Amino acid sequence: MAKRLVMIGNGMAGMRTIDELLAIAPGEFEITVFGREPYGNYNRIMLSPVLAEEATFDSIMIHTPEWYAEYEVTLFSGDPIVSIDRDQKQVVSQQGRRVDYDVLLLATGSNPFIIPVPGHDLDGVIAYRDIHDVQAMQAAARQYQHAVVIGGGLLGLEAAYGLHKQGMHVTVVHLLDSLMERQLDKTAATLLQQTLEAQGIHFAMEHATKALHANDQGRVHRIEFADGKILDADLVVMAVGIKPNIDLAQHCALACERGVMVDDHLRTQDPHIFAVGECAQHRGVAYGLVAPLYDQAKICAEHIAQTGQTCYEGTVLSTKLKVTGIDLFSAGDFTGQESSELIVYEDLPKGVYKKLVIEDNVLIGCVLYGDVADGNLYFTLIDRQACIADIRHDLIFGEAYIDPKLIQQLTMVNPIHADVKPEPVYAQPKVAVG
Amino acid sequence: MKHPIKTTCPYCGVGCGVDLTVHSETSVDVQGDKTHPANFGRLCVKGSALGDTIGFEDRLLYPQIDGQRVNWSQAIQTIAERFKQSIAQYGPDSVALYVSGQLLTEDYYVANKLAKGFLGTGNIDTNSRLCMSSAVAGYKRAFGSDTVPNNYEDLEQADLIVLVGSNTAWCHPVVYQRMIAAQQARTDQPLKLVVVDPRATRTSDTAQLHLAIKPGTDTVLFNGLLAYLVKHNKVDQAFVDQHTDGFEPALQAAADYTVGVVAMQCDVDQAQVEQFYDWVATTEKTVTFFSMGVNQSSSGTDKVNSIINVHLATGRIGRPGMGPFSMTGQPNAMGGREVGGLSNQLAAHMDIQKAEHRDCVSRFWQAPELTQTAGLMAVDLFEAAAAGKIKVLWIMATNPMVSLPNADLVKKAMQQCDTVIVSDCIETTNTAQYADILLPAAGWGEKDGTVTNSERRISRQRPFRAMPAEVKADWWIMTQVAQALGWRDQFGYQQPVDIFREHARLSAFENQGQRDFDLTGFSHITHEQYEHLQPIQWPVKTDPFKPDYKAESERMFIDQRFFTDNGRAQFQVIQPRLPVNNTDASCPLVLNTGRLRDQWHTMTRTGLSAKLNGHIREPFLAVHPDDAATYQIKNLDLVWLTSRWGKALARAQITRDQRRGEVFMPMHWNDQFARHARVDAVVNPVVDPVSGEPEFKHTPVMVEKAAMAWQAFVITQSTFNVPDEAVYAVRRKAHDCTVWELAGSTPVNQDLQHWLAPDAACDTIHYQDQAAGHARLAVIDQQRLTSVAFITQKGSLPDRAWLTQLFGQTLSPIERRSLLAGRPMDPAMDVGPIVCSCFGVGQNTINQAIVEGQLTTPACIGKKLKAGTNCGSCIPELKNLITQSAISQAS
Repeated sequence: MAKRLVMIGNGMAGMRTIDELLAIAPGEFEITVFGREPYGNYNRIMLSPVLAEEATFDSIMIHTPEWYAEYEVTLFSGDPIVSIDRDQKQVVSQQGRRVDYDVLLLATGSNPFIIPVPGHDLDGVIAYRDIHDVQAMQAAARQYQHAVVIGGGLLGLEAAYGLHKQGMHVTVVHLLDSLMERQLDKTAATLLQQTLEAQGIHFAMEHATKALHANDQGRVHRIEFADGKILDADLVVMAVGIKPNIDLAQHCALACERGVMVDDHLRTQDPHIFAVGECAQHRGVAYGLVAPLYDQAKICAEHIAQTGQTCYEGTVLSTKLKVTGIDLFSAGDFTGQESSELIVYEDLPKGVYKKLVIEDNVLIGCVLYGDVADGNLYFTLIDRQACIADIRHDLIFGEAYIDPKLIQQLTMVNPIHADVKPEPVYAQPKVAVG
Repeated sequence: MKHPIKTTCPYCGVGCGVDLTVHSETSVDVQGDKTHPANFGRLCVKGSALGDTIGFEDRLLYPQIDGQRVNWSQAIQTIAERFKQSIAQYGPDSVALYVSGQLLTEDYYVANKLAKGFLGTGNIDTNSRLCMSSAVAGYKRAFGSDTVPNNYEDLEQADLIVLVGSNTAWCHPVVYQRMIAAQQARTDQPLKLVVVDPRATRTSDTAQLHLAIKPGTDTVLFNGLLAYLVKHNKVDQAFVDQHTDGFEPALQAAADYTVGVVAMQCDVDQAQVEQFYDWVATTEKTVTFFSMGVNQSSSGTDKVNSIINVHLATGRIGRPGMGPFSMTGQPNAMGGREVGGLSNQLAAHMDIQKAEHRDCVSRFWQAPELTQTAGLMAVDLFEAAAAGKIKVLWIMATNPMVSLPNADLVKKAMQQCDTVIVSDCIETTNTAQYADILLPAAGWGEKDGTVTNSERRISRQRPFRAMPAEVKADWWIMTQVAQALGWRDQFGYQQPVDIFREHARLSAFENQGQRDFDLTGFSHITHEQYEHLQPIQWPVKTDPFKPDYKAESERMFIDQRFFTDNGRAQFQVIQPRLPVNNTDASCPLVLNTGRLRDQWHTMTRTGLSAKLNGHIREPFLAVHPDDAATYQIKNLDLVWLTSRWGKALARAQITRDQRRGEVFMPMHWNDQFARHARVDAVVNPVVDPVSGEPEFKHTPVMVEKAAMAWQAFVITQSTFNVPDEAVYAVRRKAHDCTVWELAGSTPVNQDLQHWLAPDAACDTIHYQDQAAGHARLAVIDQQRLTSVAFITQKGSLPDRAWLTQLFGQTLSPIERRSLLAGRPMDPAMDVGPIVCSCFGVGQNTINQAIVEGQLTTPACIGKKLKAGTNCGSCIPELKNLITQSAISQAS
């Protein structure tokens, strides 16, 4: 008899695990999926193009209802699980469904962080997390003029771009003086800001939100900052970060910190329960990028199917971002230490900026803006800690300028450690990066 | 189509005819004149590039006194007053003219007449002193006259050409081509070339024998040859007996120079010496073709006579295919000799030392104050000026600050003079910088007159454009000054033909055949005839415009009569002397200097041509590998070249062309184009005791690597202010830009923005690797490169060629991206805009994969390139690329 697998969460990480599982153990599991949203699984990374009307919702569906039918996966969409009974190995849904499991997979993702300022619960104050938020923004755009996006990270900027494309007057509010400070240095951030400003997006940098004020109808109307300044705001989008969604796990007393704690097999403290994706915390890290989630999905599926011995050891991160047609890449220590040496290339009028950070002839970090073609090469060199002395003078001009034989030597994996060190994975943040 | 204007090339002494098809004031097509007997349509690279050099860049366009613009009448009055005052106070020898083989014969004639006849001083000398005055002196000692006996045809008719001290392939390319063409056309008797030159050159490369003799030992070689010819019974005793004097003492002086002695003293292989002597002994038709390697020596005149001695002993003179042939360097060195432009000449090949000649000229010119003595020769003249003895110095069409030996003394001389007048077409020459009065003279293409080439052929230089408004011909300027000084009748010339006619009449005056230079036939030349004058060799004893005119003779000395008092040629006793200054521990190497193929003199014109500046881009010092090892110099290092007289900086070129212990540096670079690259600042001010010609080819020097803290280059279309810290700074014209090579021994501001000061409206691209000491900057205006600068503290700089060729065109995106790499990106390596960000896969890569693999779905692309297999964001783009590819393949 097939084992019963129940999955909570119908998102990208979880469904990728199901894909992997169906590939390696077809027919071995009877699979039931509960999802909060009333749809199949869609590609959240593509929400911004949908918001900007550069893509349709249909075009970003990964798993349609027909798919679930074809693979005999039972989907209860729009019916979130409300509790887990670990003793009975049973889950209970909002609509009262009770389903037993042999294996439970937690893929509950994360929730956006809402700043608890006065007025945060007014009409017209939303996060940017799912298709519902997108639709809310599109609706607001049809009716209102002024949008304020709080948070100058990737997600906030994508929201701002989408709303601007929808015809709204958009202001991005950021606490710091530099956009995307976790991915970019000041120069790249300035370029990015200039590019977006040129497109018509406004910025209120170094502004802390004090309160949101309502109009007569109880809808947000104005935003007030700590310095007393006020802006019109018919729509406020908060894009200031995420927190793993671990309510269910906590209620059933699974060990949690920031996320549900998992081992190198993606197994929680309960041997029958696995967790993947943004809700999981592995070796102290809760990831918010798609690449590690996909890595987790593959390994998790192997252990659910009991076919593999592979361990998940974490994913080496780089950020290779595609913000509304703007190419960005950053990796490693892109600020550098006092002893670091910098190689800088700037063609600012063409929006190109590259910085390599070198320490003792080893590349330790880089930021690329506008021309990211060599991001892979730099990432590999950072990862390998290769000595770049011989190629230093051509390095910033990229692979086209360097003897391929040298590149091969420098990027070769040390055979002794080949199985230990995972291949670098190039990650693109999900929508949920804040 | 318009008839081309026929004129003469302004560069070397070959004197090629040039056809100019004029499109505009600054645009002409240049072709060799097929009818000109010097070149029959050929032109060398410099002549071909004449069209590049006729712009108004750096032109001097109006008279100036003390840096202030003045009108001509003020300038003329001031000059006249200064002359008058100086002569009144200090005597006529307190004034001097220093003129040039670049002047036309008419200009030259007026200059000489003004100085010797009316200012009353012999102090007029010319840069020809630096070039071929030893040849003049040698010819005069042997023949009693300054007579070049040969025609260019002799080079084609000879069976052996001995090229002594001549890199003909580079310095007289068209004559060289004639030799090579003749050699190749031979079917019976071969034409052999022998090169005698301490250096291996592009001339010696093609010669049948190269004798790389120790510098200065030419007289040993030719004394030995004389002795050998006697020993082997090759003397033409009848000729010697009937037409010469002094054979015995000359032979006695040469007798000890056996082949063994010669080989040892000349430091060449004995077999080579024997081979050379045997060829000369057995080849009747031998031309000895010599140039600056012979002349520019402290024993230059003796070298010339040691060569002539051999021709006299064998009677090989005045007959086809033989003779001692001096090749001049400048376009009108010969014209200068004809008018008497050297301080020890008088006029029309008459001698200043001869009272009857002075009397003759004095009467002809109506010049009672005619100088009675020879004046100072170039080097002495400037030394006298530096000592305060010259008060007014007028320099025309030459750049002595660069070209004289011990050139730094020239600076002192010019500072010492009360009044320095400089007539030139270029405002920025080193010499012009020190002028009190600057006069804008006509340049090539504006000048109107005649020149004489190395085979005594007079050709017209014709203008193709009017002179700029305030620019004047040199003869006009001097005529005005002479008139202002009161000699209105004697200087009443209205046009060049008036001067030429007088010059011809002077040559005819009281000349019953005792003087070689004779233009009697032009005594009545009309303006019309002058305008249509065809190239013609002197002497011209009868009216050449008569239909039955026949040239007097095919060549000189055909009658074996010479212009000495007794009509016999004079052997000279030659006691070989080594160069004056010998090497020692502090200056262990010998410096040789000379010309390059694509440059002319101080580069005022050739420096304007991008084409000509591409051949050799920087001043270099050629060093033998063993010496390079001794002095720890690597190829392309910058090296200091130091002598007792000065120093220069150049880039080392390590080559076996040099003999061990000898270095070579080109003569051309100067402060207008470079810092510390004036080789003549290093050259010793030693002169030949007879001719006064400096020993440019032999100065003891030391070389050492110049330690540089940084090296840089700047390529720009804008004015560039060289940082003071740049010890080395060389400017080179390229197409649509100027290239600067820079280096400094002390730290410099590495902020290239500060160097180039780009306009705020321009795009700038920066590269900086501070720790490695690299910075690079490009400035772009409207997608066109306007400047680029690279600096490095250690490490090397990329080749300039690719960057240079990017100027003047719209930059492609890939070129823009590659700019600061300094070299082009292989287009195949351009992955194109990134489509899959996750795996960094570019559009070009994807397109190529689609076509090559006939891929039809994003999944296929993913399998092949991984593109689209991570986040999937690019899948719509991949689909689009597949569609586009299908469309373009279908069409």
